[in-house]
Amino acid sequence: MRRSLLFIPGNNPAMLQNADVFGSDAVIFDLEDAVNVLQKDSARNLMHCYLETHPNQPMEVVVRINGLDTDYYQKDLELIVSDNIDSIMLPKARVVYLNQLDEMLTKIEKEKKMKKHIKVLPIIELAVSVLEVEEIVKCPRVDGVLLGAEDLTSDMEVTRTKAGVEIEYPRARIAMACKAYQIDAIDTPFTDVNDYEGLLKDALHAQELGMNAKSAIHPNQLDTINKVFLPTEKQITWALRVRQATKEASEKGLGVFSLDGKMVDKPVMERAEKILMKAEKFGAI
Amino acid sequence: MNNKVNRFVPEGYRPFVSSSDYQNKERKLIKEKKQNNKIVFLKDIKEVFDYLNIQSGQTISFHHHLRNGDYVQNMVSQEVLRRDLKDLHYAPSAIFPSNAILADLIKNGNVTNVDTNYLNGPVSDVIGEGYLKGMLVMNTHGGRPRKIESGELPIDVAFIATPTVDKNGNGYGGIGKAACGSLGYAISDLMYAKKVVLVTDNLVDSLDRIELDKKYVDVVLVVDSIGDPKGIVSGTTKITKDPIGLKIANMTAKLLDEIGLIKDGMSMQTGAGGTSLAVASYVKNIMLEKGIKGSFASGGITGYFVDMQKKGLFDELRDVQCFDIDAVESYNNNPHHIGMSASKYANPYDDPVVDYLDVVILGATEIDKDFNVNVTTDSYGKIIGGSGGHSDTAHGAKVSIITTNLIKSRMPIIKDHVTTVTTPGEDIDILVCERGIAINPKRKDLLEKLKNSKLPIKTIDELYELAHSITGEPKKLNLSKEVIGVVEYRDGTVIDSLYRK
Repeated sequence: MRRSLLFIPGNNPAMLQNADVFGSDAVIFDLEDAVNVLQKDSARNLMHCYLETHPNQPMEVVVRINGLDTDYYQKDLELIVSDNIDSIMLPKARVVYLNQLDEMLTKIEKEKKMKKHIKVLPIIELAVSVLEVEEIVKCPRVDGVLLGAEDLTSDMEVTRTKAGVEIEYPRARIAMACKAYQIDAIDTPFTDVNDYEGLLKDALHAQELGMNAKSAIHPNQLDTINKVFLPTEKQITWALRVRQATKEASEKGLGVFSLDGKMVDKPVMERAEKILMKAEKFGAI
Repeated sequence: MNNKVNRFVPEGYRPFVSSSDYQNKERKLIKEKKQNNKIVFLKDIKEVFDYLNIQSGQTISFHHHLRNGDYVQNMVSQEVLRRDLKDLHYAPSAIFPSNAILADLIKNGNVTNVDTNYLNGPVSDVIGEGYLKGMLVMNTHGGRPRKIESGELPIDVAFIATPTVDKNGNGYGGIGKAACGSLGYAISDLMYAKKVVLVTDNLVDSLDRIELDKKYVDVVLVVDSIGDPKGIVSGTTKITKDPIGLKIANMTAKLLDEIGLIKDGMSMQTGAGGTSLAVASYVKNIMLEKGIKGSFASGGITGYFVDMQKKGLFDELRDVQCFDIDAVESYNNNPHHIGMSASKYANPYDDPVVDYLDVVILGATEIDKDFNVNVTTDSYGKIIGGSGGHSDTAHGAKVSIITTNLIKSRMPIIKDHVTTVTTPGEDIDILVCERGIAINPKRKDLLEKLKNSKLPIKTIDELYELAHSITGEPKKLNLSKEVIGVVEYRDGTVIDSLYRK
């Protein structure tokens, strides 16, 4: 369960040094788009040294490798995959690539005698990937899916806008697929790092569509994202009351009861528990 | 001889004992300058030197309200150079890079002793290289007026850059081509220097407000320009966008709230740096949310605090120096924006405003495990600043907070021992950095208030270890032992020595 994932370029030592201080639930160390072709080797080596010298990070460690349609991904995996990371992010994800990646990770985990089972976060950034998303969420190791709106709109040959009408359908489709398999639906980054009102509006809308987390491209976006994807005080208070009323009703042998004039049945109780689970995980209660 | 913070004190200087030791001594006051009824208006600096018979060996003072745009100190220095006066003692309240000509005077033996509160740029370089024949004395903003009024720093001639002067010889800083707002640092010089020269580029018939009373003035020098407005005040002081700075600021505001300092009647001071302003911004949000109204904000005033006062978050602004255009504008027009002298701001014997501060937010170039803070030199011993009001506010405020990155340019900021002690650890209560908050163990009251806090409270030793686990152990430097100056605490004792590079 995540709320925020912060992208950090894998070739920037100063940013790597502070990656753990900003309060994101996960940091995505990027070896793909943020790194120039001429710096792929040095970035990979830097990341390796960083991971070796910074084990036991307080947040989830994700590395975005280069795509399986490039010449770089194999070296990325060989050097980066270890017990010092939690997840691999796969760009331009397809079912076929995810199956290949699973095989490679299984082999590396065995060879390196790893304790961890590496998770995979595919990025949906091709039109065909949107169509495949129902299969992608079922792939081994996948425990969250990220919408990559910049590449997707490029693939769709539509203009990317702040209002985001052009990504309404993929957002909803990804959210639906993820929720069906109880994995994280992660929204695309908001690219104007100085527009905090725009970020808030964008994150709230993604949440309305069912996204439960959002990626960030600047640490200053995290406060807003973490707040949006955390239950509100009002929701937490309500959920606590439902939990207490459920306990009391159960003692009386009641499966359904009324609270504030509204019926509380199993779906409502489950909703309340989900809110409380999230609030507890992120320290809101 | 070593002092109580275990730093070497050269012979002839009094060693630092403790930050409250001044209370054991009486205030010393020399007589104010004799009132003068004869004011001469001159148009050439040469005429001033002739009229006042300025000689080798004298002490000349300046203020730094025109900051990096100041022409007056340079104008006087050029005339000193032309006349080749020797062995002068300069006592400017601060020295900026724009005062580079002073470096030539020092190399040439024209100036052999310097007293100042803040120093950086080329003058710092030549002093650090050992060219000053006498001593550099780094004062505090409160220590300087104490030193002047007690006669420990007798001034022969004070050259006071004054943005506007009236025909009677009164001065004011808030209007004119070189408007800078409050002239607080010049007041002691005005009252106690043997001779006072107001240097202006704006002579008017009369003034509605007066900061510099004509009764102390001997000469008014009218020139074409006293300073470059671009260097005097910045257009707008801005909140940092640096995510580390914002994180530190956010934690600091939450900390202030948790220890109960954000309350009705609160008073505070921050610097004008981006992180300090970010603290003010987060505090502002909490004040607005809780409907809190503070009593005053003090210090160098920025547009940010002007805005907070206008929104009703503080009753008053108490201003020794305006930092930006908005502050100058407010100083002119807002009756609740009140000027104060450096003495009233921070002189330990003048019931100073700093003693009424609830909280001050300060910076540090280094801090050590005893909470001693260095804002005077870098880790190589090069002079890069000075106390200014650091030691004064740290002592006066009920809670003093250092905000700084734990690691700067791959160097850990927490040291075993700071290179130079500017402010003693006994006056520093809290360190806030991006990886945690350390409370000075002597503040048991604060530790008690924060015992159930969700904030990342750690010991300073834990933060030290954390920083070193990231950076590794920095190489120890063998610094020179040749003393070139001293850091004088606000009571006139020496808290540390300064060494040749």
